[in-house]
Amino acid sequence: MTEALAANALLYLDDVKVSFDGFKALKGLSLTIEPGEMRAIIGPNGAGKTTMMDCITGKTRPDEGEVSFEGGSIDLTRLDEATIAELGIGRKFQKPTVFESHTVEDNLYLALKSDRGPFATLFHRLSGAEAARIDELLATIKLTDRRNDLAKNLSHGQKQWLEIGMLLAQEPKLLLVDEPVAGMTDAETMETAALLRRIHASGKSVVVVEHDMAFVRELGVKVTVLHEGGVLSEGSIDHVANDPRVIEVYLGR
Amino acid sequence: MIRHFLAKGLDTRVVIALIAILASAVLVPLANLALPESHPLHVPTYLLTLWGKYATYAALALALDLVWGYCGILSLGHGAFFALGGYAMGMYLMRQIGTRGVYGNPILPDFMVFLNWKELPWYWEGFDHFAFAMLMVVLVPGILAFVFGWFAFRSRVTGVYLSIITQALTYALLLAFFRNDMGFGGNNGLTDFKDIVGFNVQAQGTRASLFALSCLLVAAGLVLTAAIVNSKLGKVLIAIRDAESRTRFIGYRVATYKTFVFTVSAMLAGLAGALYVPQVGIINPSEFSPGNSIEAVIWVAVGGRGTLVGAIVGAVAVNWGKTWFTGVLPSFWLFALGGLFVLVTLFLPKGIVGTWSEWRAKRRAAPPADATPAPAE
Repeated sequence: MTEALAANALLYLDDVKVSFDGFKALKGLSLTIEPGEMRAIIGPNGAGKTTMMDCITGKTRPDEGEVSFEGGSIDLTRLDEATIAELGIGRKFQKPTVFESHTVEDNLYLALKSDRGPFATLFHRLSGAEAARIDELLATIKLTDRRNDLAKNLSHGQKQWLEIGMLLAQEPKLLLVDEPVAGMTDAETMETAALLRRIHASGKSVVVVEHDMAFVRELGVKVTVLHEGGVLSEGSIDHVANDPRVIEVYLGR
Repeated sequence: MIRHFLAKGLDTRVVIALIAILASAVLVPLANLALPESHPLHVPTYLLTLWGKYATYAALALALDLVWGYCGILSLGHGAFFALGGYAMGMYLMRQIGTRGVYGNPILPDFMVFLNWKELPWYWEGFDHFAFAMLMVVLVPGILAFVFGWFAFRSRVTGVYLSIITQALTYALLLAFFRNDMGFGGNNGLTDFKDIVGFNVQAQGTRASLFALSCLLVAAGLVLTAAIVNSKLGKVLIAIRDAESRTRFIGYRVATYKTFVFTVSAMLAGLAGALYVPQVGIINPSEFSPGNSIEAVIWVAVGGRGTLVGAIVGAVAVNWGKTWFTGVLPSFWLFALGGLFVLVTLFLPKGIVGTWSEWRAKRRAAPPADATPAPAE
């Protein structure tokens, strides 16, 4: 049965266990993301959200369990970060990480899908198609007028958008977005929700980890609640919000 | 493709530096060879050789700035690559002595005869050919850097830990080259050179040529490193320096990039060492001493890390200061050098060239109405 589930899924996690020095960060986490699906993942601090992302992107090797991509054909637990990124999994970190001493434009240029080998980049010339793609991305993330500014001079919210733009530039099949609206104003939060919905509408699968319930409601997608390294509840936002176990550990404080 | 690649690095600052370097490559030897000694602009031969030595240091500083300034790899062992290039050149020069050595052995260098060796060790074979020796000048440092980088960068050794193992690398080589049975002349090293490609190394013309070649090496090194840092690869290097794990998560193999740039840098350092040896007339294990590598870091810091031209400026300025200081107050030079490093770190964190270009950028950005500068801070 697990075979069949994995075969249809874009991302498939089954019974993943990770522990650090005896602390069990993930205790048998299972999760399935369908192609073209957007999923919100919520959970209190220490629920294992970031560890889950680390397992998917190759930063952490699970002690046990299966993590596979594209219908179970690719075992992600054996690959390094760069290979996984090239396969089409893009990740945005919790703390916005952009290349501070590069311009906004160069940040996107570096992220654009292209040959990542050192000799290819040494002799690379920006093509017309690439320049057009950068223009398009700048418009998507609303940073066209800041294109020549250094990334370190952007506001916190703009850095978050730039990072989402860099994710899009990689043309991934799956975007993992960790707390995209942390530290944003309400207006920025709503714009970010709209941006993610647009990305989803363009056919990409998106996994969003977030604390902000208003934001998750705004996304309007299936929600998975993590708690102590496992799935506590799954369903629509109203379903999980009314689940007594979820209320007890997360919402009812 | 290559021409476009090389041309990309030529911004105003690089072009000005190139003009200055190439002008020195022509004018200084001319002032030495063509002007009579009584002429006020005559450059004495000892100065020519001294400045030639500074030029080789400048090339080493460029190599170091490429890895440290642009990729954040603080190598405290770059002197090792410089010394290895120097030893490869020294071996060639030893083989050129032939029967003119003290013991007159046509094949074996003097120190081997002295040690009662009967035949040339296998790794000395081929060094009588100039082309082979020049190949080794770049290959030996290059291969060592590649192997070292392969292991260190794949294991994700970074920061202070990496600096410490580069320091250990050069120290290990220092100890190894001190041993007589290594076959590199032990603590005396290689010296008493006679000819280089048929010309007497002591001759004024040879010295002028070596000076000019050293300047050309700095110029070529500057064009190459500027082209590298202005390419897309250079942007990846800066990305690695600023946010290594982000670079990895967008799909770049950080270890491959670091190994690449470390190897290129080591090769440039090797070439610098090869031009250093015939000018100073000796290469011995003290060139591997950790202090030398640390001094090179100070040159780059003083001139301006991550500016390339700054590395050249820093190497020449600090060494000129060293020559002057060791003449006036020899026992205080190390204190002065340490003090300089502290002062630069505290008050000029971007070095001479970095601070200068920042000041220029500020002036240019200021609106014309504000032309009267505010009191300097």
